[in-house]
Amino acid sequence: MEIRSKEFKERAVFAIHDASLQQALGKARGGFVGKRAQQAAELPEFEQLREEAKNTKNHILDNLDHYLERYEAAVTAAGGHVHWARDAKEARKIILDICKRVDAKTVTKGKSMVSEEIGLNEALIEHGMEVVETDLGEYIIQLAHEPPSHIIAPAVHKTKDQVSDLFEAAHGGPRKTEVADLVNEARRVLRDKYFRADVGITGGNFLVAETGSSIIVTNEGNGDLTQTLAKVHIVTSGIERVVPTLDDATLFLRLLARSATGQETETYTTISTGPRRADDIDGPEEYHVVLVDNGRSKMLGGRFKDMLRCIRCGACMNHCPVYGAVGGHAYGWVYPGPMGSVLTPLIKGLDNAYDLPNACTLNGRCASVCPVKIPLPDLLRELRHMQHQQDITPAMQRRALKVWRYIATRPKLYHALEQVGARFLSAIAKDGSIRRLPLASGWTDVRDLPAPAGRTFLELWQGKRGQK
Amino acid sequence: MSAAMNARDAILGSVRNALRRGPLDDARRAELDARRPRHTRPAQDEDLVARFVRKFESRAGTTQRVASRADVPAAVEAYRTAMGLPARAVVGAALQDLSWPAGLEVHHGAAGISETMSVSQALAGIAEPGSLMMASGPASPITHNFVPDDHVVVLDAGAIVGHFEEAWEILRARPEGMPRATNIISGPSRTADVEQTIQLGAHGPRRVHVILVG
Amino acid sequence: MTETPIRGPRVGLFATCLMNVFRPNVGFSAAKLLEDAGCTVEVPANQTCCGQPGYNSGDYEAARALARQVIETFENYDYIVGPSGSCMATIRHDYPVLFQDDPVWLPRAQALSVKSWELLSFLADVLGATTSDAHYDGTVTYHDSCSGLRGLGIKGQPRTLLGEVDGLKLKEMEDSEVCCGFGGTFCIKYPEISEKMVEDKVRNILATGADTVVGGDLGCLMNIAGRLKRINAPVKVFHTAEVLAGLADGPGLAGAAKESD
Repeated sequence: MEIRSKEFKERAVFAIHDASLQQALGKARGGFVGKRAQQAAELPEFEQLREEAKNTKNHILDNLDHYLERYEAAVTAAGGHVHWARDAKEARKIILDICKRVDAKTVTKGKSMVSEEIGLNEALIEHGMEVVETDLGEYIIQLAHEPPSHIIAPAVHKTKDQVSDLFEAAHGGPRKTEVADLVNEARRVLRDKYFRADVGITGGNFLVAETGSSIIVTNEGNGDLTQTLAKVHIVTSGIERVVPTLDDATLFLRLLARSATGQETETYTTISTGPRRADDIDGPEEYHVVLVDNGRSKMLGGRFKDMLRCIRCGACMNHCPVYGAVGGHAYGWVYPGPMGSVLTPLIKGLDNAYDLPNACTLNGRCASVCPVKIPLPDLLRELRHMQHQQDITPAMQRRALKVWRYIATRPKLYHALEQVGARFLSAIAKDGSIRRLPLASGWTDVRDLPAPAGRTFLELWQGKRGQK
Repeated sequence: MSAAMNARDAILGSVRNALRRGPLDDARRAELDARRPRHTRPAQDEDLVARFVRKFESRAGTTQRVASRADVPAAVEAYRTAMGLPARAVVGAALQDLSWPAGLEVHHGAAGISETMSVSQALAGIAEPGSLMMASGPASPITHNFVPDDHVVVLDAGAIVGHFEEAWEILRARPEGMPRATNIISGPSRTADVEQTIQLGAHGPRRVHVILVG
Repeated sequence: MTETPIRGPRVGLFATCLMNVFRPNVGFSAAKLLEDAGCTVEVPANQTCCGQPGYNSGDYEAARALARQVIETFENYDYIVGPSGSCMATIRHDYPVLFQDDPVWLPRAQALSVKSWELLSFLADVLGATTSDAHYDGTVTYHDSCSGLRGLGIKGQPRTLLGEVDGLKLKEMEDSEVCCGFGGTFCIKYPEISEKMVEDKVRNILATGADTVVGGDLGCLMNIAGRLKRINAPVKVFHTAEVLAGLADGPGLAGAAKESD
């Protein structure tokens, strides 16, 4: 997928004025937040689990090479194949080669953010394959030719009316307007695809080294139909998703659904181990796992290691007021919201996503709900620091910081300027505030500037108390 | 193959480089392999069967209890007629020894696209979330769990464990090892992808009915 | 708050930039609350900014320069207390991080960190204040500023103390914990997003029917007050300290001065 994060500002403004989008976002916001809070409140051990999850992920990352090797051996022992991809291009080639070898015509897909990250659909379609997204949300946006706007609710930006239009255009009339009818229509259309599919591609929420299994978690069952009815099942997953044992996976499962959709558990948790066995009567004949690095191993060495703990629950974006205001598409690549604002610059380049770490108030709500306690605001600030050091920050801002530092480290000068400022602003104010201030239009375009009283606190204090 | 090997070595090398070390020595590897995590398990003070039923039904699943395995066919038939389903079912071979009613057309193959009802034997129940654990195999094919609109699952009340971790012990104890698919099912298929409105029967079964035995 | 017979702690009052320029009354309110609680309050003249604008803009060097200045100015006090969760969270949490590789400044940063307090949390958590003898006529809704709430755990303290104010009725708004859209330079760099956020905040404030909104950070309060003024909503805006000190008798932020002033 082409990155368009440089257009963040324009896309954000566009999003704010998109009435349908705002309607859809408004509906989503309260639901996710309230349900998660309820789940967290109902599980007394929730905070303890977050701490354990953080520590366990750190342990895994510190020994990632070992667990990856153990995982590979276990997959192989179960009759599956592990493929390693350094980057998006290698990953696409591996999957394309498998699809071509089995002469795939139809490829069904469960929701996989890694497949979005590596731009898989475009590559398969380019080679003449029919690619069908089967998660309802993914299916909707595929019909709309749009990328997902949320990592667990990809069509969260669409209203029911828009879905009705898309389905009518794709499936023919009569136009359905009830959610139940829309879901039934998708069910009917996609059933046929599952049974026709040559290759089924899913993501992997967890890869279990103990058993060589991949685990997916879904509510719809689409991932299961995808991976069961196709001849070949391919799992795409980041290298950081490995966990040592089923018991470790359990720790994260206890947090995932609660943090993501605010459910105690999602409907289906599926542990897949190898292809169908000799006497099985269904299941895929081949089982492949594509382990994608794509910048992850580099992240492991530096200040952004914490980001590799991410289990892709989406709680950070559900709780982000900026995401809530602009939706996912403004972010311009695969991963939106706070986690995306960290990942996108790291994977696609700091200068390709300048705004993402900056368009954040550092309010910390994301970190307070992250099930693996990723200090997202600190990582975003760290990216700003790197941008500053690499002169990616706008020249104006760097000059302003220099001037500010010069003045603020000279208290007498600073106070003199504060006094001048307080008097000036007080003098131009009317009825307690200032409506227009040319050099601060970013402020006054949106709101009045409350007027100062005229003299500064330090002046007044010294006048009254006569202290040094 | 050599390009693939290169990618593997390059990624593992890059991981080690990031961790500022070489491959782990054998002693450390053995230590990691011997690691047996004991994570916090949510406290439970409820009867396992009661908790399973309460949780499973909270997600639109239905349950009933019968005294013995021999009562299962009648319960299935009662469910079928109550739902107004055709007299046909795909039944896991694990249940083929039961005396199925003569009027019910039963087969034990995979579930095809037009299958309306399936009957499966669960390997275990997990009380913690109120979920079924299905182990795939010739006696319990995966398609039975996902294709038909109505999925009836037979669960021995004695096979309900408290936490996930106990369910994993059951898997580990299987002589044949892990099944191709271990499906943990917590109710009917659902989606909220259109305006966060919950709708049952997205892709998988619209109804999941558990017959608790014993 | 009762008078303490023994001489109380010597507190250096951190006069935040916004307070110094825009709202001196908050400083006097803070001083009054601290003195009423038995503290000796001093306002060192050598102080400027805590350095957070530099830190959050990624200019760590500038932030360190300012942090050193704050440390030098305040390290001899028993406590450094400021009427801002934002500035005080910077001093408490970020200074030790900024100097984590500096063997000379790290101990000094840590020493200041542990005696740095946001005003309300100092009053409640350190001095044990549970009552207020102030009077305020009105229905008040409280906005949780993010740094204070998540950085310093300020949630119950202001509500408890506000609840003690005679004549004051506290009414919670929906999403009181959601950011108002200020975010320092964020509100100027991304005005449209900030506008959307403050619009949501103001809608929640108005929905309570409260005539006054209070909070612990002037950045948020100026944003909220400026927006309320822009849409001509007659809701008064005060810092919590002003109400608790009984000094919320003048115009609120962005409020028109009375003729006698």
